[in-house]
Amino acid sequence: MKILVPVKRVIDYNVKVRVKADQTGVDLANVKMSMNPFDEISVEEALKLKEAGAATEVVAVSIGVTQCQETLRTAMAMGADRGILVESSADLQPLAVAKLLKALCDKEAPGLVILGKQAIDDDSNQTGQMLAALLGWPQATFASKVTLADGNASVVREVDGGLETVSVKLPAIVTTDLRLNTPRYATLPNIMKAKKKPLDVVTPESLGVDVTPRLTTLKVVEPPKRKGGVMVPDVAALVDKLKNEAKVL
Amino acid sequence: MSTYTPPLKDISFLLNDVIGLDRVSGLPGCEEVNAELAAQILEEAGKFAAGVLAPLNRSGDLEGAQWKDGVVTTPKGFKDAYRQYVEGGWSALAGPVEFGGQGLPHAIAIPVSEMLGSANMAFKLCPLLTNGAVDALATHATQDVKDKFLPRMVAGEWTGTMNLTEPQAGSDLALVRSKATPQADGTYKISGQKIFITYGEHDFTDNIVHLVLARIDGAPEGVKGISLFVVPKFHLNADGTPGARNDVKCVSIEHKLGIHGSPTCVMVYGDNGGATGYLVGEAHRGLEYMFVMMNAARLGVGLEGVSISERAYQHACVWARERLQGRPVVPMPGNPKTVAIVHHPDIKRMLLTMRAYTEAMRALIYWTASCLDVAERATDEKDKRMHQALVDLMIPIVKGWSTEAGIDVTSLGVQVHGGMGFIEETGAAQFYRDSRISTIYEGTTGIQANDLVGRKVGREAGQTMLALLVEMEKTAAALHASGDAGLRGVGAALTSGLKELKRATEWIVTMWSSTPGAVMAGAVPYLKLAGTVCGAWMMARSAEVAARQLAAGGGDADFLRAKLITARFYATHILPLATSLADTVTGGAEAVLAMEEAYF
Repeated sequence: MKILVPVKRVIDYNVKVRVKADQTGVDLANVKMSMNPFDEISVEEALKLKEAGAATEVVAVSIGVTQCQETLRTAMAMGADRGILVESSADLQPLAVAKLLKALCDKEAPGLVILGKQAIDDDSNQTGQMLAALLGWPQATFASKVTLADGNASVVREVDGGLETVSVKLPAIVTTDLRLNTPRYATLPNIMKAKKKPLDVVTPESLGVDVTPRLTTLKVVEPPKRKGGVMVPDVAALVDKLKNEAKVL
Repeated sequence: MSTYTPPLKDISFLLNDVIGLDRVSGLPGCEEVNAELAAQILEEAGKFAAGVLAPLNRSGDLEGAQWKDGVVTTPKGFKDAYRQYVEGGWSALAGPVEFGGQGLPHAIAIPVSEMLGSANMAFKLCPLLTNGAVDALATHATQDVKDKFLPRMVAGEWTGTMNLTEPQAGSDLALVRSKATPQADGTYKISGQKIFITYGEHDFTDNIVHLVLARIDGAPEGVKGISLFVVPKFHLNADGTPGARNDVKCVSIEHKLGIHGSPTCVMVYGDNGGATGYLVGEAHRGLEYMFVMMNAARLGVGLEGVSISERAYQHACVWARERLQGRPVVPMPGNPKTVAIVHHPDIKRMLLTMRAYTEAMRALIYWTASCLDVAERATDEKDKRMHQALVDLMIPIVKGWSTEAGIDVTSLGVQVHGGMGFIEETGAAQFYRDSRISTIYEGTTGIQANDLVGRKVGREAGQTMLALLVEMEKTAAALHASGDAGLRGVGAALTSGLKELKRATEWIVTMWSSTPGAVMAGAVPYLKLAGTVCGAWMMARSAEVAARQLAAGGGDADFLRAKLITARFYATHILPLATSLADTVTGGAEAVLAMEEAYF
């Protein structure tokens, strides 16, 4: 069985994000970019399944500019067998990404697609669900444990009330949550090997997908600055403020 | 807790834009080396250093290595970290390809090693010594010895040690007394005591490969009678696996000022008739072979100056941003009553001093590492010779200057913290203590300086240094022609620094043959002068590149601006030392030599 793992190139989680002066978006020029941390968890899970004998091949997919090849190399350095880049410099929104992934699934016929539950840049949390709908496959989102057996995936999900276990028939979509695993460090031999692993580059056109944005960004602004707090003299004053000022009681 | 952030931006700026990876990527065996590969390796090595090694730095210092009945236990977490280090393949990074190494150049290995050292200096010593031992064996051992030991040492499955020092033979190895008695089967029985053996005993691996200097029975006195032997902790079975215990043991470990996590061992050989050892190369040439290992090891220890300075700087920056104390001296928006101390000019000056030294030393070591790559791998004989001469000149400078500066930088790190810096819990003190050994082992600063003024400058009439001065003048000239006043200032300062270095070099060349004592009295000031000026050259080159990138609108603007400011700071706060150092070199010998022993 083949596992497809989409990996997104996002602004590194350590970078202090700055909004562009013209409010059209976030400044990405010359800032450090890395693999979306949830996607690292996806890669790790796919590799574990392969090491356990439940899968035979792990294919990493990235969608975006040429530099996404670096993200694919990182996935391959962790252990993915090959990479596919859908190269596009367009503003790619979740629906377009889901359509591109569907086209790749049609071609590659994976038994399982493991995605991060969301990307840390736009926090959309949509792609996995849209992909499942487009493919007509079952989905198990926010996974904290994945077990494969008899053509089914048993997935423990992190839900508001606690944990929920679902069983989905393969092929299926799984999206990963933080506690699923701890991604491995790439080893030096694997980094060296990753250079030689196949990396195919395709375009949205060649996949027959129209990636024109459906949503318009009006403007992007910094969140309002936090104002300093006040010291209240006693509990009564605090309750009064919560009741009458904050109106939360 | 103190965290460590790998300075990947500065590392890649220096490697790619200032020194140029293309210097090495055209060399045989380096065909795969490019910016992308370097970035991947450095990124992952940085993750390992910051994620696995750095968290063990403080706990390793507190717990220290423990000795009981000949068995050494490393601090909690070290053994597992070493396992991860080996599993990650990091041990094999620069090892020879024929024995399973990746054969990557020093230009990549040095930045990786820097990060390991910043994260945890006590841990990093073990790989440092192993790499040195691999170098020595790969260069000089017979094929049989290589096949027995190198594959496992390259992989890190076994570690290596360097056994030179004896109680009566420290800096002067001519006094080595350990004995080697030839056996009928071609091996030797080694006996004697060795001290200060870093990781001479530990719990990381199931064998330890000691490289030992000893005298074969009847060998000539002095340095010409010393041979090099391989003595494994465990004999090897026929299939190459470790078997019975060899006659070598660790009888105690030292209680030290710093690097507590690293066991510094007293080793005793031959208490029960002699430890079996294998001769490396030819008899009586051991010291010469050790020197091969020492060049790389000295570069590695010089690098510790950078590693520990970077860590101390990061630690001090965090504190300076958090610690609220005092009113702003410089007007600030909102007129705050109390500000973080980072806003005070003297704190900024200290942080900048730390940063400027660190960046200059880093650049100089990376440049030296790339010269070493060319010297080792170039096919053109002339190119090889020229770069070997540069490496030979730079090794004592890099080792001596970077480690001396490392002590100054870590001391400033304590100072930035004020009273809290003197308290161990703050963490700044550990870097100061850890840095203190680096000017001592692998040859003290005095030994480096004597090597520099004698073997490297005096004996060849300053040829390589004067040629390097011409190169450095070219950088200064380019900056003089700049349209940017700041860059012109950096260029002008470099020119005056170069004049001082030239003045002192010419004085040494003139005096060396007639009055070597006078030259040696100023050897350390000369070494510091050379380091200070070569560091200025690197800062000038960095500034030039940063200005160019800023003008072109590329790169990270904040980083580039900071680089320019740091270069100007170096030019105005550090480089002026060149004048006083040159004055000391040329005029300071008289007072030293006049002082008679009885007056002390």
